[in-house]
Amino acid sequence: MGSQAPLIHARGLVKRFGDLTAVAGIDFEVGRGESFGFLGPNGAGKSSTMRMIGCVSPRTGGELSVLGLDPDHDGPAIRARLGVVPQQDTLDMELTVRENIVIYGRYFGLSRRELKARADRLLEFVQLDERAGSRVEPLSGGMKRRLTIARALVNEPELLLLDEPTTGLDPQARHALWDRLVRLKQQGTTLVLTTHYMDEAEQLCDRLVIMDRGTIAEEGSPAELIRRLSTREVVELRFAGEPPAIEESTFNGAVARVEALPDRVLLYTDDGDALVPVAHERLHPQSVLVRRSTLEDVFLRLTGRMLVD
Amino acid sequence: MTYAFRAYEYWLASYRRVWRGTIFSTILNPVLYLSALGVGLGKLVNRGHQLGVPYLHYVAPGILASTAMLIAAFESAWPVMGAIRWTRQFHAMLATPLRVRDVLLGHQLYALTRVGIASAIYLVVIAAFGAIHSWLAVFAFPAALLLGWSFSAPIAGLSGWLNREEGFNALFRFGVTPMFLFSGTFFPVSRLPQGIREIAYATPTWHGVDLLRGLTLGTASLLPSLGHVAYLAAWVGGGLWWARRTLTRRLVS
Ligand SMILES: Nc1ncnc2c1ncn2[C@@H]1O[C@H](COP(=O)(O)OP(=O)(O)OP(=O)(O)O)[C@@H](O)[C@H]1O
Ligand SMILES: [Mg+2]
Repeated sequence: MGSQAPLIHARGLVKRFGDLTAVAGIDFEVGRGESFGFLGPNGAGKSSTMRMIGCVSPRTGGELSVLGLDPDHDGPAIRARLGVVPQQDTLDMELTVRENIVIYGRYFGLSRRELKARADRLLEFVQLDERAGSRVEPLSGGMKRRLTIARALVNEPELLLLDEPTTGLDPQARHALWDRLVRLKQQGTTLVLTTHYMDEAEQLCDRLVIMDRGTIAEEGSPAELIRRLSTREVVELRFAGEPPAIEESTFNGAVARVEALPDRVLLYTDDGDALVPVAHERLHPQSVLVRRSTLEDVFLRLTGRMLVD
Repeated sequence: MTYAFRAYEYWLASYRRVWRGTIFSTILNPVLYLSALGVGLGKLVNRGHQLGVPYLHYVAPGILASTAMLIAAFESAWPVMGAIRWTRQFHAMLATPLRVRDVLLGHQLYALTRVGIASAIYLVVIAAFGAIHSWLAVFAFPAALLLGWSFSAPIAGLSGWLNREEGFNALFRFGVTPMFLFSGTFFPVSRLPQGIREIAYATPTWHGVDLLRGLTLGTASLLPSLGHVAYLAAWVGGGLWWARRTLTRRLVS
């Protein structure tokens, strides 16, 4: 970030819908060129936050500035410089792929001539150039999502907001999409995204906040969060019947923490392989798996729940 | 206003896909209505000579008015709810520099374009049937637009307010269709029983019909006509105010 003013600045940001508090006073900053994520389960308040940043939802309280401007007063000026990929697609299914981009570009006041060139370029970028003339309706979910991203780039935004860009897509489509987003990031576009996939957050985010029930639980880079809030490795034990009661003390200090989930028990340790024989001997699990810690483990530690349930 | 025109372009783009079909029925309908009602039914009605003019000439502005009303009502109903819920195009627009008022006005312009195309065709057909008595009829075009707008504005508000599209069934069954039949379109409101008559006089349709009839028959006088215009304009103004409110609640929350 350096001396540059942040692109987004929020202090004590609150959003209420009647009695329900969707965002309960959060603080964060996003710097230029950064790729910033909101990771959290359903209902955490991610979309509510994104919609406030996108100036389509007035804040209930707190401070918020986007591109140095106040969404309450400068909504249109801010939105002119944003690209928005909403959680739910807003494509017109009856119009063609190209028309969707051109019409959207017209909302920004771009000329048709300019838009023709931009549409070609963007459709190539998201690898939809061959479908330019086809209606949107029959496209696959992944293609529609890529079209939404292409459309969001039509005004050459400084800041791209992506609300769950890959939810509901198959792994292949997700990777294709990540690839495009990484490219954008390399080109210097600031990305703000929400996700409830930890692998997505790890792939795309330089820095992220973990959100739960309208509040921010932690903040940091994915690696840093894992380092700070989890152990290096995790041993997952599955049992044929009821799992035995397991305590940290069973392992003489080799296990930092034990999490008992409905279907498995997680042992947090810095050396998983060393723990496997011990676990076999003392607990007789049906299966044992050693893996690296992920953001999912961080989330579990912070909230006692899993991200995706 | 330039923002509203950007939103208007979206509606024109989606209309471009279907305009051929609508133009055909827009030309055919007035010909059919005027032949059946004006010429056919008119043969029976004219015997009484109570209307002062041939029934064809009497009913022609009524058909124009009801068409303006029906198109405007329809275009502000399902398409507006669709842009909120199904195509979600209003949400797309609001993610750009466009504001709720632009989104609303852009759609209203489109609804009025549809009303305008149909009204112009109707007026030509009515003239071809010889049912225009006065040069005042040139004002019938803006008057039909105004009548259409007095429907499209409040119904856009209703579309923002309704939670389910089933509400439109009630609107058309208990609102639009009775107005279409009983607001002086096909027979004078004075024939209605007392109580009902007063309701008919309060509808924007009656004011539109009376205004249009005065203009095509050349019987319009200034003050009552201005009164009609003011009444319809009040529906437009109130409707736009309400629509902006309901759409804001729905889209920017
Ligand atoms: N327009 C609204 N009116 C009323 N309540 C709302 C509205 N939008 C969101 N909420 C509520 O606010 C809370 C936070 O919702 P939000 O959509 O911000 O969560 P999210 O983190 O994006 O969840 P998801 O992963 O499911 O998209 C939820 O309880 C939701 O029901
Ligand atoms: Mg969401």
